Amino acid sequence: MRERLRFARSGTGKAGLVLLALVVGVAVFGPLFAPHALDEPIGLPFSGPSSAAPLGTDELGRDVLSRVLWGGRSVFVLAGIATALAYAGGLLVGLLAGYTRSLVDPILMRSADVLLSFPALLFLLVLVTGAGTSNATLVIGVAVIQMPQVARIIRSATLAQSTRGFVEAAVARGESTAAILRRELLPNIIGPISADLGLRFTYSIILVASLNFFGLGLQPPSADWALMISENRSGLTLNAWAVLAPAVLIALLTIGVNLIGDAIARSQEQSVLTVGRRS
Amino acid sequence: MGDVPALDPPVVRSSQRRRRTLLWFVVIRILVGLATLLVVSMLVFAATEVLPGDAASAVLGRSATPEQVDQLRAQMGLDRPAAQRYAEWLGGLLTGDLGDSASGFASGAEVPISGLIRDKLANSLILALIVTVFMIPISLGLGVAAATRAGRPADHAITTSSLTVVSLPEFVIGSLLIIVFFTWLSLLPPVSLLAPGESALGHPRLLVLPVLTLLAATLAGSTRMVRAGVIETMRSDYVRMAELNGLPHRRVVRRYALRNALAPAVQIFGQNIQYLVGGIIVVEYLFSYPGIGKELVDAVAIRDVREVQTIAILIAAFCIFINIVTDLLVVFLVPKLRTGNA
Repeated sequence: MRERLRFARSGTGKAGLVLLALVVGVAVFGPLFAPHALDEPIGLPFSGPSSAAPLGTDELGRDVLSRVLWGGRSVFVLAGIATALAYAGGLLVGLLAGYTRSLVDPILMRSADVLLSFPALLFLLVLVTGAGTSNATLVIGVAVIQMPQVARIIRSATLAQSTRGFVEAAVARGESTAAILRRELLPNIIGPISADLGLRFTYSIILVASLNFFGLGLQPPSADWALMISENRSGLTLNAWAVLAPAVLIALLTIGVNLIGDAIARSQEQSVLTVGRRS
Repeated sequence: MGDVPALDPPVVRSSQRRRRTLLWFVVIRILVGLATLLVVSMLVFAATEVLPGDAASAVLGRSATPEQVDQLRAQMGLDRPAAQRYAEWLGGLLTGDLGDSASGFASGAEVPISGLIRDKLANSLILALIVTVFMIPISLGLGVAAATRAGRPADHAITTSSLTVVSLPEFVIGSLLIIVFFTWLSLLPPVSLLAPGESALGHPRLLVLPVLTLLAATLAGSTRMVRAGVIETMRSDYVRMAELNGLPHRRVVRRYALRNALAPAVQIFGQNIQYLVGGIIVVEYLFSYPGIGKELVDAVAIRDVREVQTIAILIAAFCIFINIVTDLLVVFLVPKLRTGNA
């Protein structure tokens, strides 16, 4: 466990953890401190900061601060579920493709090639046209577009491990494929998974937020950071806070997650190096 | 292997085989691209047509009566089987007929999609070209600068700042730039509207913020990858050999490392085209720039299935084409790959 937390010792790892903690704090505890109701106009649209509304009001005269404090939850929940779904599918397919090297393998590789041949956003836009705007479309779409890439990473990690002695020993003991995947291979590919997870989560956030920004994800009157940027763009000269606050929070979140991912990847490179030196 | 006469001089034989494998590579790469595009076209068609609710009811909205929907469905030919409509759509695309927009049908007229998107395609290409022209030299310069100073402060500054920017969504970068250059400094316009038929090139001020946003979004990633490529070549045997032979460091970087890092860099630019195109969709929407990305998002918003299908396949074809071109470029840049045994 200590090995796995080593990334937190590097500078980028620490900075990333602080940023992530800050934004998670706003999303989790923010609503407790929201001074106003979400859908209640408290003044003229796009009025500047005042004592009643420290960040001013939005396009409908609602309190920007309250909406910012509420608007982080949807980002975490939607991107989190999408990433989890992508991993649930990708893990199974990747393990099977890497270990059994059956028909699953070429199918996975070719479908990943197809999905990587055009922008992920294009896939989501086409999907929304067919299936309509809903949270389910958004989450499933983001999960599906990422699944082959997750599976590919798991596959190559599994492939590297599947010829090792402990796997051969398990096969010789007559253990089932399911048991080998779960007990022998899975614990040994946790490293690449944890490095990829941060990257994947950032990408989910970007895709979910971009669709919300287009107005094709969450629908008004939901309070969501990306949706707020989209809604309040027209009032930039009057109250820039209504765009600036959610934009800065999304930025801090994606930067934080990315820094952590980078620190994890680096700490693994180092541990590979030290293991190599010892042997 | 065995089809070459054994008496041929070895030199001729290997160059012949080399030429043949090169030709095969080109042919196979193009065939794979076409196959990918075919699968993408099926995906696009399936996602928009097979799922519940069809083009007619989608474009008319919830207030339409069943009779209206039936009438439009017949008008658009939606009462025919899906496979037949797919074949017609694909056949039309291949012969240059992009079809008619669904919202055009709903308003009682036939509006060809080609007329709707011609100017917009040109505007998007202008945007993409300008960004690429700036991106390639800047990312090569920054990437090489960081790689040759690996581990030193300049490298840290470049890698850390690119790591920060690479994770930002385009619309966040763009919104922050608008706040700085429009709200605070009043220097640049927050939207890039053009009158129909006007070219973006006549209004360079309108292009500044969209180009800056896209550069910020794409530069970070490509700089990091160029850096990685140069560092890898700097570690190779021939670079070490050249340095041991006492060649000046600058000359080693220019002659050996840079030239050999160019091939991976070209490939990176090719792979980055997906991110650039995705970014263009977002940036055009953010700045209301009349390009193909803005047109696509607008078509999605009014559920014009016909237009979405056509624009989607055009964008996918563009990405696949650029990928083929860069893959072939790489093969011509790296002699080793031409022999087919590298």
